[in-house]
Amino acid sequence: MPYTKRRRLVSSAVAVALGATALAACGSSSDDGEARSGPVSLTYWTWTPGMDKVVDLWNKGPGKKEQITVTVKKQASGDTLVTKILTAHKAGKAPDLVQAEYQALPTLVSNDALADIGDTVGDVKSKFAEGVWQQTTLGTDAVYAVPQDIGPMMFYYREDLFKEYGLSVPATWEEFAETARELKRKAPDKDLTTFSANDSGLFAGLAQQAGAQWWTTSGDKWKVGIDDDATKKVAEFWGGLVKEGAVDNQPMYTPAWNKALNTGKQIAWVSAVWAPGTLTTAAPDTKGKWAMAPLPQWGDGESSTGSWGGSSTGVTTDSKNKEAAARFAAWLNTDGDALNALAKEGGIYPASTSAQLSGAFMSPPEYFANQPDFYKKAAAIAETTAPSAWGPNVNVAYTTFKDAFGAAAKNKSDFTAALDTMQRDTVADLKKQGFGVAE
Amino acid sequence: MKSPVRRTSYGVKGAPYAHPSPTTALKRARSAPYFFLVPATLLFLLFFALPIGYAVWLSFRKVQVSGLGLGAGAREEVWAGLENYTDALSDSELLNGALRVLGYGCIVVPVMLGLALLFALMLDSEKVRLAPFTRLAIFLPYAVPGVVAALLWGFLYLPDVSPFYFVLDEFGLPQPDLLDGGPLYLALSNIAVWGGTGFNMIVIYTALRAIPAEVYEAAKLDGATPLQIALRIKIPMVAPSLVLTFFFSIIATLQVFSEPTVLKPLTNSVSTTWSPLMKVYQDAFGNGDIHAAAAQATLIALATLVLSFGFLRATNRRNKQEAAR
Repeated sequence: MPYTKRRRLVSSAVAVALGATALAACGSSSDDGEARSGPVSLTYWTWTPGMDKVVDLWNKGPGKKEQITVTVKKQASGDTLVTKILTAHKAGKAPDLVQAEYQALPTLVSNDALADIGDTVGDVKSKFAEGVWQQTTLGTDAVYAVPQDIGPMMFYYREDLFKEYGLSVPATWEEFAETARELKRKAPDKDLTTFSANDSGLFAGLAQQAGAQWWTTSGDKWKVGIDDDATKKVAEFWGGLVKEGAVDNQPMYTPAWNKALNTGKQIAWVSAVWAPGTLTTAAPDTKGKWAMAPLPQWGDGESSTGSWGGSSTGVTTDSKNKEAAARFAAWLNTDGDALNALAKEGGIYPASTSAQLSGAFMSPPEYFANQPDFYKKAAAIAETTAPSAWGPNVNVAYTTFKDAFGAAAKNKSDFTAALDTMQRDTVADLKKQGFGVAE
Repeated sequence: MKSPVRRTSYGVKGAPYAHPSPTTALKRARSAPYFFLVPATLLFLLFFALPIGYAVWLSFRKVQVSGLGLGAGAREEVWAGLENYTDALSDSELLNGALRVLGYGCIVVPVMLGLALLFALMLDSEKVRLAPFTRLAIFLPYAVPGVVAALLWGFLYLPDVSPFYFVLDEFGLPQPDLLDGGPLYLALSNIAVWGGTGFNMIVIYTALRAIPAEVYEAAKLDGATPLQIALRIKIPMVAPSLVLTFFFSIIATLQVFSEPTVLKPLTNSVSTTWSPLMKVYQDAFGNGDIHAAAAQATLIALATLVLSFGFLRATNRRNKQEAAR
């Protein structure tokens, strides 16, 4: 894109200018004779637990050598952080580094909050799966962030109860529906799982697996495909299961849901690689009774999964030390020790493919001690992640999903109508903001 | 004009010749009140008028994106005129939210104030025992923060974890889903009534204690029963506090936010835009559109103003009519 090239020119010109002023400042104050500026201190907004300990590794190791000190400012996760970053950016006071979920990147880039760091981090591309890296470039030749963690989706089930009720692990979604019905016949008060409308990421991941492309571009227009055939298929599938009562319709992450998992009232969960952590707190009594399998597929012999969650590290346009910040971002997400610490302290599943099978990921999570090859399987599943397509108003689509699908799940009504609402509201919002929208 | 009179009196009382000229003295005397007003005015302007003015200013602006909206300069803030207001007024979700809150208020306000008045009258009666303890016990829920109260009740409403449902189940009684449809309004109102009754009771009770004892003596000599005393003397005499508590309750109801927000993750029945303020929050922090949120906030503030002052004027008029009678 010519536009991006121009942008890069401008930003490198700015970088040169900044470097020059920094050098000038350096000449008078520092005498260590290094080519780059003097000590640099960076702030980093992140919600990963234990990040301060990982950053300590940098500050005491490579950061000390390069005189780059990073300070962690702990934040709340999700959409509120995006708003917070944008507000800070408006005042020109965004931190140097931010953690951002993949689906938030277009929003941040469209507000000109994230800098193109391709020149510094371009060579770490090979450490990540193609589909993951593509999310940080938004399909342009700029690079707006370094992938940190990913959330490939998987199917979790109670191994003991599946055996007890004579159920087999579904390989396709058709079999999944059959399994749900069979369980209802054998144990009417139990549910295979629930369709929850309070986390839009789950539905987005399921649609992604089916091949949905919610936001695509053609020329200088966005095309919204939330009601495309793939997503419709997913919506109809789950709507049908809820309507016939084969699965529950109550939201996840409630005390009632915890209890249902802990007592075996719900015996499976469509989730992602981070599920062991959630299950540890939600269903502590069933430790060692669960097993993980690939997500059911839409066709025989296919192997594809969606992603639910995952985030990246970006450098803001407000940062005065973009190159130093980008160097830290690259280290944090590709260095073996850093990723090991991230896995241990923050419980994340790394985006870096080489880290997925080393260090902390040699042995299964404690909760899944019964499945020694947990992470080997997980890495194989992660490879099959379908490409995703995010747009500049994911937040609006996600909100509409929660309300429209929440109501549809409650009333056991038509899910495709809820999907239409989601499409309509998302397009209307893009148009209202002035984006070019292709019909 | 009064100035000549004042000038003479000033001169007579003070030392007229010590002043450089009578006009400066006058100026100083006139500016003194303004000088004393400066701190309050400054604070008012800085922390009240300025933020509100800024919010109103924001409500007349919007962000205009061009093309794909990627990169610098693709986004600019422009004048929107009344667009945000027409959008807000034509947004059925905001209106539905207002209607939901109206329904909620129709339960909360009468029940809460009715209970508060009843408890206050009972505490004020002569036969009451353990009054200080009861008063404290009824007031105590007010000290529990709204979010904590909503969490607490939310757990009690969830069939799978609630002890109430456990008991109902043991006795084979029907188990209503309190977080669904109509019962949801009762469930939400219950939290507000539980938390707010104590405060309103204290306000009314304090007013009851201020009624002079002679009034009761006279009533008793005339042969009034305790019930008659309550209905004919106590309630009319605490009417001003009832108006006050009603006024506070309306405002609190219009601003309902924390209870539905806390219950939202527990059920599909509470949407992200259940109450008008939740919609403002969602637009500002979920969808990142502060301009739409500012317009809605301004509208809600205006509606609150109109409703509460309308109510105050209506009661004032009635009072005047009664006084005239």
